[in-house]
Amino acid sequence: MTNTLHRYGSPESAADDYIVFVMATKGVNDEGSEAKAREFLKVALEYRPVNLGGGSQGGLYRPTSRLNPFIAYFTSRRHAISPRVLMQEIEAPGHAAAVFDNREAFEEFVAAVKKMDLGLSVNASALVEDTRCACRKAGFQPHSVEYSLGFRGRTDRLPDGRVLELTTMCGHGMVSASYAQKMILMVKEGRVTPERASQYMAKFCSCGVFNPSRATRVLKEAQQGVPAPLGV
Amino acid sequence: MHIDKGKCVGCANCVPVCPMGAIHVGADGRATVVVDECVECFTCYRGLSTEHLPGSLIRVLRRLLKLARLRFEPDPDVCPTAAITPDELRWPRTLRREFSDPLERHSSTGMGGRGTAEVKTNELTNRVGEGLAGFVVEFGRPGVGVRLHDVAVATKELARAGVTFETENPVTYLMSDVSAGQLRPEILNEKIMSCIVEFRVELERVPDVLRVVEDVSCRVDTTVAVGVSARCDAHGEDPLKDVLAGQGYKFHRGKVNLGLGRRSNPAAEPTATSRTGGHP
Repeated sequence: MTNTLHRYGSPESAADDYIVFVMATKGVNDEGSEAKAREFLKVALEYRPVNLGGGSQGGLYRPTSRLNPFIAYFTSRRHAISPRVLMQEIEAPGHAAAVFDNREAFEEFVAAVKKMDLGLSVNASALVEDTRCACRKAGFQPHSVEYSLGFRGRTDRLPDGRVLELTTMCGHGMVSASYAQKMILMVKEGRVTPERASQYMAKFCSCGVFNPSRATRVLKEAQQGVPAPLGV
Repeated sequence: MHIDKGKCVGCANCVPVCPMGAIHVGADGRATVVVDECVECFTCYRGLSTEHLPGSLIRVLRRLLKLARLRFEPDPDVCPTAAITPDELRWPRTLRREFSDPLERHSSTGMGGRGTAEVKTNELTNRVGEGLAGFVVEFGRPGVGVRLHDVAVATKELARAGVTFETENPVTYLMSDVSAGQLRPEILNEKIMSCIVEFRVELERVPDVLRVVEDVSCRVDTTVAVGVSARCDAHGEDPLKDVLAGQGYKFHRGKVNLGLGRRSNPAAEPTATSRTGGHP
């Protein structure tokens, strides 16, 4: 489910984007894996993740199916569910993801996951050298690595680099380029804050791996007139 | 997917939300889905919050607001009348949802998503063993979409290059002839968000296969995202890095399997695939 390989951006722009996730394999280590995935998320919370995934109904940020005008316009809408609710939704075979926006939290969490010894497969999606470094600090070596070689083919059909930085944070393509462009425009016009626009986008990522903290930073750069990164 | 014209008030919030650009507001002032472009990803249906307001009430309200030179504008993540309605899908259109909606499972593999667990569970499955490289070539990503006839162009070319397609991958299941990379003819015009073609080759063949991937990428009417994987040695390093760098590829981001999984089901066989030496 977690599709995080091809997040667009320079190495510098990946410095606030770290994902750690656990997966069970059917018939191998799936028995009791829901409880282990919950335990993973429970420990992740100690390191202040910016998003969580693993619930069968979506990530931490999600839409509301029964809004009413009172909630929508006269009260403060809730844009995220409680991590406790998400943990309860985890079904077998268990999987879960935690997104961090700083290297220190990532490294400390990798060490904590090693110590937890859940027996589930644990993967990190980030700058490969940062992950290797985190493993070394935690006293072990990684097993396998998968490199992203980027995009090929009709790259003329892709939006600019800033939009790609936002949309590729949902690897399944649920955050559309037009919606990201709309959010950039609304932020520039002062109609919505970068933080709220990030939450709007995060709701479309049902795996909970969209990084709203990184999105906020990208939107603030747009607001401040920083030139968009080059596209593909 | 379709928009219930009786409910729609033409606020256009669903228009930019569609990753395929398949929704537009027509001359009647109501949103419409272009059925052939829709990949049934359910982004509009599931991603927008819904208010369930009566369409007639909103239309009256809008007229009144217009008199006061105001505009009816719901939050950009809301469909005020819950007008987006899923259709009952039939084969081969069901494939669109299976390859586009991450919460839908493939009828072939029983898994969700676009491919398999790749190397994410490699310490248990040994999918990519020592001396091998695993390729994940995703057509249609990011957010462009792909017709399966374009995927067929690539799978046939890759089969000619002698790759071993991953048997548990949903694209492989759609092949009528795996050795020729031939996809079933009745599905070729279906449009999906993206799909991952997975295969393995010996490490020394990586440069040749990358050339084939580059070549087919130029022949398809979509974007292609390429990933390559390998096992690490006892020092956490991998032989693939130098091969890729030698071919002029620049890469910095990736997914790393930390190797912490183990067989724990009571009935599971003891790990027969664990790497020798250095690995916990």
